[in-house]
Amino acid sequence: MNRVPLEQKVLSENDRVAASLRDRFRQHDVFCLNLISSPGSGKTSLLERTLAALPKEARVAVLTGDIQTENDAVRLKRFGFPTKQITTGGTCHLDARMIDRHLADWDLSQLDILFIENVGNLVCPSSYDLGEAAKIVVLSVTEGEDKPLKYPSIFFKAELMIMNKTDLLPHVPFDPDLCEENARRIHPNMHCLRVSSLTGAGFSEWLQWLEQRRKSYLELQLETVVQP
Amino acid sequence: MHEMGIANSILEAVRTEMRRYPASRPVKVGLKIGEMAAIDEESLRFCFEALANGTNLAHLNLAIQICQRRHRCGDCGREFVVRDYDFECPTCHSFSSTCIAGDELELSYVELKDDEPSTVGAESPQ
Repeated sequence: MNRVPLEQKVLSENDRVAASLRDRFRQHDVFCLNLISSPGSGKTSLLERTLAALPKEARVAVLTGDIQTENDAVRLKRFGFPTKQITTGGTCHLDARMIDRHLADWDLSQLDILFIENVGNLVCPSSYDLGEAAKIVVLSVTEGEDKPLKYPSIFFKAELMIMNKTDLLPHVPFDPDLCEENARRIHPNMHCLRVSSLTGAGFSEWLQWLEQRRKSYLELQLETVVQP
Repeated sequence: MHEMGIANSILEAVRTEMRRYPASRPVKVGLKIGEMAAIDEESLRFCFEALANGTNLAHLNLAIQICQRRHRCGDCGREFVVRDYDFECPTCHSFSSTCIAGDELELSYVELKDDEPSTVGAESPQ
């Protein structure tokens, strides 16, 4: 019997494509975000309101993933930014190859921000690196405060948690402080925001986070370039 | 249900090893899964068997090692296992630790059995 050591990631092929995407994003100063949530927590509505708030000349693009239908792309295209639907045809997550394929005819040098809206699923997307600068987990106040404890992997990997649908807080027994506490049990440094995509509450903080986080991404990039 | 894709990646990696060692037959593949990796072991085994069934890897044994979440204390450097999301360092009681293990999804080894003793004899040095 002969034991051959492998010491490789199971998803090494995905990681390889993701690393090349990350390099391309860096090269063109594209700040890429991967939005992950369970179905129905409001990723598309969050993006709709975000796109509506951005100036028309903003260099923003969206890739939106679903198992079927072009519905989300139709909703998001209305804002005039380049938008493409990725229909996975049954696959429960996006992988790096799908991103690579759908970016093929976009000129990355013309983009500053790329939003990727993952397939609604709190489990599988957390395993697949898409080359993003940061993962964002979205959850809504109708889902239960213990969601971070039930699905620790994505809360562990995301750097920002957006609590959506806060306009419903008066009507549901949901404790937002407890939810944030649970998220920080999984990920002590988790940044948390509370928004309502319906009323726009919390959006100035979200847009501010976006701007500052992009700035820090570009600064980091600068340091990387300066280093010999 | 991304376990099907994971199972497929494992089998592909084993097939790559088979091409490198054509005179041997893989009998076991070792996998490390972190408890934060969001992989369901039972579901993965089911997918693995479903994909391997009817192929030349039908009898391949999948050995899974579950890895606990480990942190290293930022103040005293102690490494400790995190249970029930308790991040307090058992030595200095600091809360400023960083995660060093627990989200693994790695292939660690393949065990190969030599199929044809005559080939092995022919390959052995004089």
